[in-house]
Amino acid sequence: MPIAEQDVKWVQEPKLGLFGQLYLPLVMDGLTTTISHMFQKKVTEQYPEQEPKLPANYRGVHRLNRDHDGHVKCVACYMCATACPAHCIDIVAAPAPVGWTDREKYPETFVIDELRCIYCGMCEEACPVDAIELTTLYDLTGLSREQMIFDKEKLLSVFDMTTKAGTDPVRTQAGKLGPASEAPPQK
Amino acid sequence: MPTVYVNDKPVDIGTQRLNCVQAAELAGVMVPHYCYHPALTVVASCRMCLVEVGELKDGKVTMQPKVLPGCQTPVKDGSVIVTGDYVKKDKSVPALAYDPAYKPGVRAKGAQADTLEGLLLNHPLDCPVCDKAGECKLQDYSYEFGRSESRMVDSKNQPPNKPGISSKITLFTDRCIMCTRCVRFTREISGTAELTVTNRGHHSEIDVFPGHPLENKLAGNVVDLCPVGALGSKDFLYTQRVWYMKDVDGVCSLCSTGCSIHVDVNKDRVYRLRARENPDAQGYFMCDDGRYGYHFASAADRIARPQVKAGDAVKNAAWHEVLPTLKADIEAAAKKDAKGVVAVLSPFLTVEEAFLFATYFKGLSKDVRLVLGPVPVIGQDDKYPKDVKGNAVEPTKFTIRAEKCPNRRGVEAVLKQFQGSVIPFADVAAKAGSLAALVFVGGYPNKEAVEAAVGSGWTAPALLVVQDLFPTALTAAAKYVLPATASFEKDGTFVNHAGLAQTFPRATLPPKEARSELQIAFDLLGRRGLVQAAAIRKEVAKAIAAFAHLAEEKAPKAGKRLELQTI
Repeated sequence: MPIAEQDVKWVQEPKLGLFGQLYLPLVMDGLTTTISHMFQKKVTEQYPEQEPKLPANYRGVHRLNRDHDGHVKCVACYMCATACPAHCIDIVAAPAPVGWTDREKYPETFVIDELRCIYCGMCEEACPVDAIELTTLYDLTGLSREQMIFDKEKLLSVFDMTTKAGTDPVRTQAGKLGPASEAPPQK
Repeated sequence: MPTVYVNDKPVDIGTQRLNCVQAAELAGVMVPHYCYHPALTVVASCRMCLVEVGELKDGKVTMQPKVLPGCQTPVKDGSVIVTGDYVKKDKSVPALAYDPAYKPGVRAKGAQADTLEGLLLNHPLDCPVCDKAGECKLQDYSYEFGRSESRMVDSKNQPPNKPGISSKITLFTDRCIMCTRCVRFTREISGTAELTVTNRGHHSEIDVFPGHPLENKLAGNVVDLCPVGALGSKDFLYTQRVWYMKDVDGVCSLCSTGCSIHVDVNKDRVYRLRARENPDAQGYFMCDDGRYGYHFASAADRIARPQVKAGDAVKNAAWHEVLPTLKADIEAAAKKDAKGVVAVLSPFLTVEEAFLFATYFKGLSKDVRLVLGPVPVIGQDDKYPKDVKGNAVEPTKFTIRAEKCPNRRGVEAVLKQFQGSVIPFADVAAKAGSLAALVFVGGYPNKEAVEAAVGSGWTAPALLVVQDLFPTALTAAAKYVLPATASFEKDGTFVNHAGLAQTFPRATLPPKEARSELQIAFDLLGRRGLVQAAAIRKEVAKAIAAFAHLAEEKAPKAGKRLELQTI
């Protein structure tokens, strides 16, 4: 829609008065600001020598959490893949291996394309068993596109790394998330 | 006229014998139900369809003091049904003369919530890992009619799963809500009665009898019937979430019943077939041969690209190389000896495809013979229900036909239009060696049918062109081998054993290098433009009187019965 003439407001550049035309007062005004900053607390961070401390809700690289047995916590429900607006999660589900007593279904493969991801955190939000979380790892680099496609093992290794380093403790504190994440009641 | 009032809305039921659920459906009101199924007997065990029932007499409504199961309560002239959705009723319809103290819909609504709370007491609520999630009635109704949390404080009754009840079906016992649809299906439709309810009350479970697993040709239907995720198909288990799949209305091609089916596809892959309700074709169910029979389309030995024999070697070729020489070869043979040219049109072709091929071959010369391809017949018609000894019991509720092809009658109708009679394949198969050219347009998902029809004493004609899905004795002898497409990779019309014409759309794309039969016929005819089955359908309708209704812009979903002459 073109802009109507009555919506346009014409503004004239203000004319400099005598004070402005003298030039020096305005220079002094600017310098005051500069000099005042020299005596304030420094805000510059010496990255990469000093790494920033990020809040726990920072949305960086994903990880797949492990349960008490060290198995991947994910139950392959596809909720994250369904919620993902960038369609970067690809899961192939399968019946859980023999011996995994707490569930019937597990992800045979779980692949996230970290290049496609927009780090919105919807997957984390959608997960009914708190299996996928975004960590505070922000400096993700790779030499090829293939390196940026994270499979299940790599996502689990992110969990191992971040929990070991203590940067991202397991955030799952919810007592009951639903039977899918809980062991069946002992008889 | 007998009138029933559903949430105050008068509905004329005519002479039909209906229950409250059906009468409400006529009025456009959905009464939720689990155990009721129109094809099965009524047990009224789930209590989900509880409604308030009364009678309108002399302008005064008398309501019964308690809620009644709608599926078990017949309606008559003057019946009044009030459902839990009374508050959502059409406000333009004036309210009936209820007793001033009576609050319509309150009891029914309360009953629905209470019933759901009861059903969910022991349900594990493992929707994230349940294959039914997304098309689950328990999920839908809990969302619509239930309460958001459980008041149950004790631990749930979680009986172990029974993956061993069948080779194709698994039972998640804890998800079951005991609607017994599956039990009634095996007793009433298949008649095999493998399933039963064991134990009592709170501890009831679905189970099979020891040593008698759920193995019958209709067993797959119990998975469709199950309103929750208790019965799962092992073929489909954990392969796909239902909300990713697109549901295409198809027609099963594996026998001449021509069951209406749902083809569930995602990213050009068929994940499962389900029966689509169609009283004209097959009713509510389908057989396991059809249900699990779609795997042939992804078989490794399927012919995926055109091949040409050069000397003794067979090499893959591109379409733009094959088609001109193929066309020239056929036309040269027709010019030399038109009587020696035979085109075989298989009963797996759609009406549109058969019509275009017939147009092409009859266009070459009137003397070119059109032959109906081998019609695979295996055993006898398999009728259900059966008794314990496996003998069919009247009345028949489902038939698996012995004729294992979808469109014999459609192709026959086309052949009769073009040459007045239908020549069976056996007539030309024996003398094939003396023919100038044989073009075999197949598309047989079971290669045994072709092998059996060809026989051992087969001698190849001078020019043999074969289009088929799988390598057979025919393709081995052929100069040109062309890929074919499966029924869900094309759109068209099939005419079933009873003359019911069903038009269906394409569900998936054929393999990359394959071309549809319709496209090949277009190429042979030298036609230009987009290949659209709908356009050909209009031509067929114009040319063949029996198919006149196909000209309608949108073919009816249920199909239409044709007046076809039998031979």
